[in-house]
Amino acid sequence: MTANGWMQYLLFSVLLLLSVKPVGAYIARVLEGEKTWLDFLLRPIERIIYKLSGVEPEKEMNWRQYAFALLGFSAISLLLTYGIERLQNLLPWNPQHLVAVGPDLAWNTAVSFTTNTNWQSYVPEAVMSYFTQMVGLAYHNFLSAAVGISVAVALIRGIRRTNSETIGNFWVDATRSILYILVPACIVYSLLLVSQGVPQNLHEYTQAATLENSSVTQSIAQGPVASQEAIKMLGTNGGGFFNANSAHPFENPTPFTNLLQMLSIFIIPAGLTYTLGRLTGSPGHGWAVLASMFILFSAGFATVYWAESQPHPLIHGATQTATATAPGGNMEGKEVRFGVANSSLFATITTDASCGAVNSMHDSFSPLGGMVAMTNMMLGEVIFGGVGAGLYGILIFVILAVFIAGLMVGRTPEYLGKKIESYDVKMSMLYVLIFPLIILSLTAVFVLSPQIGLSSLNNHGPHGFSEILYAFTSAVANNGSAFAGLNANTWWYNVCLGGAMFGGRFLMLIPVLAIAGNLAAKKSVPPSPGTFPVNTPLFTILLTGVILILGALTFFPALSLGPILEHLLLRSGQLFS
Amino acid sequence: MTEKKSLWNWEIIRKALVDSFLKLDPRGMVKNPVMFVVEVGSVLTAALLISDALNHRTGLGFNLQITLWLWFTVLFANFAEAMAEGRGKAQADTLRKAKGETMAKKYKENGEFEDVISSMLRAGDIIYVPAGEYIAGDGEVIEGVASVDESAITGESAPVIREAGGDRSAVTGGTKVLSDWIKVKITSNPGETFLDRMIALVEGATRQKTPNEIALSILLSGLTIVFLLAVVTLQPFAIYAHSEQTIFVLVSLLVCLIPTTIGGLLSAIGIAGMDRLVQYNVLAMSGRAVEAAGDVNTLLLDKTGTITLGNRQATEFFPAPDVTPERMADAAQLSSLSDETPEGRSIVVLAKEKYNLRGRDLNSIHAEFVPFTAQTRMSGVNLPGAIIRKGSIDAITRFVEEQGGSLPKKVRDKVEEIARAGGTPLVVAENSTALGVIYLKDIVKGGLKDRLARLRAMGIRTIMITGDNPLTAAVIAREAGVDDFLAEAKPKDKMDLIKREQSKGKLVAMTGDGTNDAPALAQADVGVAMNSGTQAAKEAGNMVDLDSNPTKLIEIVEIGKQLLMTRGALTTFSIANDVAKYFAIIPAMFMISFPALKALNIMFLHSPESAILSAVIFNALIIIALIPLALKGVKYVPKSAEALLQRNLLVYGLGGIIVPFIGIKAIDLILVALHLA
Repeated sequence: MTANGWMQYLLFSVLLLLSVKPVGAYIARVLEGEKTWLDFLLRPIERIIYKLSGVEPEKEMNWRQYAFALLGFSAISLLLTYGIERLQNLLPWNPQHLVAVGPDLAWNTAVSFTTNTNWQSYVPEAVMSYFTQMVGLAYHNFLSAAVGISVAVALIRGIRRTNSETIGNFWVDATRSILYILVPACIVYSLLLVSQGVPQNLHEYTQAATLENSSVTQSIAQGPVASQEAIKMLGTNGGGFFNANSAHPFENPTPFTNLLQMLSIFIIPAGLTYTLGRLTGSPGHGWAVLASMFILFSAGFATVYWAESQPHPLIHGATQTATATAPGGNMEGKEVRFGVANSSLFATITTDASCGAVNSMHDSFSPLGGMVAMTNMMLGEVIFGGVGAGLYGILIFVILAVFIAGLMVGRTPEYLGKKIESYDVKMSMLYVLIFPLIILSLTAVFVLSPQIGLSSLNNHGPHGFSEILYAFTSAVANNGSAFAGLNANTWWYNVCLGGAMFGGRFLMLIPVLAIAGNLAAKKSVPPSPGTFPVNTPLFTILLTGVILILGALTFFPALSLGPILEHLLLRSGQLFS
Repeated sequence: MTEKKSLWNWEIIRKALVDSFLKLDPRGMVKNPVMFVVEVGSVLTAALLISDALNHRTGLGFNLQITLWLWFTVLFANFAEAMAEGRGKAQADTLRKAKGETMAKKYKENGEFEDVISSMLRAGDIIYVPAGEYIAGDGEVIEGVASVDESAITGESAPVIREAGGDRSAVTGGTKVLSDWIKVKITSNPGETFLDRMIALVEGATRQKTPNEIALSILLSGLTIVFLLAVVTLQPFAIYAHSEQTIFVLVSLLVCLIPTTIGGLLSAIGIAGMDRLVQYNVLAMSGRAVEAAGDVNTLLLDKTGTITLGNRQATEFFPAPDVTPERMADAAQLSSLSDETPEGRSIVVLAKEKYNLRGRDLNSIHAEFVPFTAQTRMSGVNLPGAIIRKGSIDAITRFVEEQGGSLPKKVRDKVEEIARAGGTPLVVAENSTALGVIYLKDIVKGGLKDRLARLRAMGIRTIMITGDNPLTAAVIAREAGVDDFLAEAKPKDKMDLIKREQSKGKLVAMTGDGTNDAPALAQADVGVAMNSGTQAAKEAGNMVDLDSNPTKLIEIVEIGKQLLMTRGALTTFSIANDVAKYFAIIPAMFMISFPALKALNIMFLHSPESAILSAVIFNALIIIALIPLALKGVKYVPKSAEALLQRNLLVYGLGGIIVPFIGIKAIDLILVALHLA
């Protein structure tokens, strides 16, 4: 580890924390339908959208209507993307004449982008046409992010409202999220990326002569990269334009873009904690939740950075300590441009935030470094988490923390004035349960099956197990990153990972909306010195503890046979082919 | 009844031991999903053990020990519940003895009475109870006055007066009439009396789970499913790693991980909470009420009897200008001769002591007594040619003005002066003339201020309810340290206040005894009726205080809080325990296949067998170890939520992580020393 490495973390953290309040306050204004400085431009467009689509913006929905609108909308756009992929050979903007995508991969990819996962079982530049990338996929990058923000805000409304039947209007929430937040930010962001050298065109791939031998040509892939890159990070989508994702110099050309990309992953999830505090009238609570996320993020980064800086125990003779000229530590699978520190930081951020964009190969991380990436996801993608999804996810843990420890103040549990009762606990437990249920049971099936599961492995032993576990964790957590030693582009993996992503998103969304609806209908108890405090450092510690204990207890057995075992065996010199 | 039972009463333990086995019946166990899973696991391992033994397989010693301790886990949890029930029943039995079977004189339709046994009585029957006989059932006095010994119920030896009409008309079955006679209308059928209801409440079989208990059970069941999932999928992972596990080990891991500690003690905590109330001589009509008591935000306290000592005493007469002190004292006494309230009596006494005025026979002077009503808010006598009234300033002003007079300024000033000093001024008037002011003094109960301050620290707002005028009320409110007061309260005001507080989302507790309190008692979230109160009041409330001590509301709130805290503390402890258990069992499971995993054996447990066994034994023993805590409740200190949370998180959260590391290591050392593993 180097001082410069820690400086990267510090710089990132300071910039992130500075952004929280302005971003959160702006999101709050947008979702409360208050005036913003973009109104003069966007308000007319918004009205036209409602008029054309027949949405009555004043008409509020109860949670069932909200869920129905959301699910119906997602299902239709999923089918649309599936259709585009299957028919891309007939559609425009296909200069490379790429063929239609196969049904299992098309299903997997359609689900992947609808669920904000962006798991990519394929090499994008060799499989997806420009039309598919821009219309079929980038479109979801906006919509799935907007869906996340909408659900988070619906839940906040549930907490804040009293004796209310409704939790907002899905169409309005989604429209305003896209129109006022994602689109303007992405336009500025894309231009910044273009200024740094990220391509934005619809050209055919350039055939260039290589430097080594001018008779050999190389096909240089390109396309509308900058525009997709912006929403890929900002919407915590993570689906790269190129297979190498953010390690590719066209996606992430400079140190500045690297910092920008990392910041843009966290910026909306972090801002949403302020939105929570602001809209519930308890700013301290927003900060307490943010503090919990930040502690878990920092601990994760410190562990990955430490693990990746360690010399490989079985490599002798090469310098593995950091010097002025050598990065030191484990550089396998890492971009030399980014080194250990920025790769560790990026990996921590992208797995914390259910983004899944990568600037290094997670599969090549040391066992413990890789374990942190996996653990970040296993904790439920609540360390900042996906756009919106991170907030509603952590709020489920808040409800559970309040319920478990709340009794200890001598009152029945109560969260910001709302009593937490059986229905809320039932739905929260359902949310908590679906997650390991899909991950563990599918992993169990695949590790037991030589044909459908193990045949895709390039590594055996505990690392092979980790690869399969990582895949299903990433899918259910809607992350999208991978231990890429696993060939997941098989019929079984495509179909099952697709199902896992679908469940991890939509099955978990329903209980959240149910809780929102149930809380909204309750009356509120005014705070008093006897009220359970949710805005103190003590609460931050409690929340962090509950997230760690619930997550760790669920996955510790699995982890102990994967990365932990691999780490211990590696230290004792045992390798697997 | 009032003496506290020692925790380890041999008789109760013996019965509980038997019950622990009876409770193994899966039909009962299934109501507690966590322990049901343990029972299923125990049956499974027992069956495998038998099959192993028949087939002469190896590892019998270890597997036998695991199986036994799994059964112990279930039995210990059952024992905890049985203990709590046993203690509750012991309380109930003391009460039941008082009840027994008594003979009653029941009126027949023709007006004569016949002897029937008490269990034959039905609601609506009317019985005659002469001096020296026991009252056969709960009921209401409809005729007569008698002194009644209620010590069997309340433990209070001084007899109380029970009379027809008014707020002292309720009698409880099993109490004894000492003097005179009463006619009692029975109000409950056999099996429906307070006693019967209370006995049912402490018996686990019929006990209804409270809302919070249901929510907690859902959480615990959810966690159990999560761990079931983690353990069931561990086997495929282990097979992949070529180190398949035995069912014994997997069941051990599962049982250690699921929240057996709280799962095993949950119902005991609930029963013990009810039982603790009974020890305070309070009968709760439902567990829900006890839970609500912990949640109370607003406490309505009647001034008289709760905040102030007993009753106000007349201490001085202040005659109006141009009225002689004797004339005023005379009128004051006349107006109070038939006034049986303590205040009224104290006026008669003061007149006698200070002006040597003797009481007179009202009949001989053709006086007609006019009792106090909540509407007129005054009382007095009608004499030929003179109407004498005493009452609050507002009421008397209205009275005097109706008669064509007016209240002299001096009288008004005096009234205000007394009120400001915390006293209660009563104005006496004859026809249109105000004669003067009687000074009634209130004395705030000792120690009350501190207790109210404690309530404030817990975030509970206290509101004093009084019929006094706002000035008087303010002084006493300040003196007692209540947060707010409702002055010149009529029964409807009380009701409105409760509704207003509830509409703000607050939970309200109150006490009451009179029939006119009944609607408010029913509306309040926690309504504690005084046992001395009317039947209507008792029916309306959800608790009855056998001692008829309104201050006890504070204890009731504390018991409710203690119940909830105990539940939360043990839940937190139970979940925190799992960390250590993982570090015992996971390395033990895979150490043979992968010696490198020894690094996770941070407790340096002797062997895989001793590690697993130690975790299972710890898991079982901790239930027994925590039974006293579950029954007594965690120590309750009135503090702010923040301070309480900090303390309890440290003790039960951090403690819950650390204790099992020490416990499991200790058991491991013992097992090795005994050559058991």
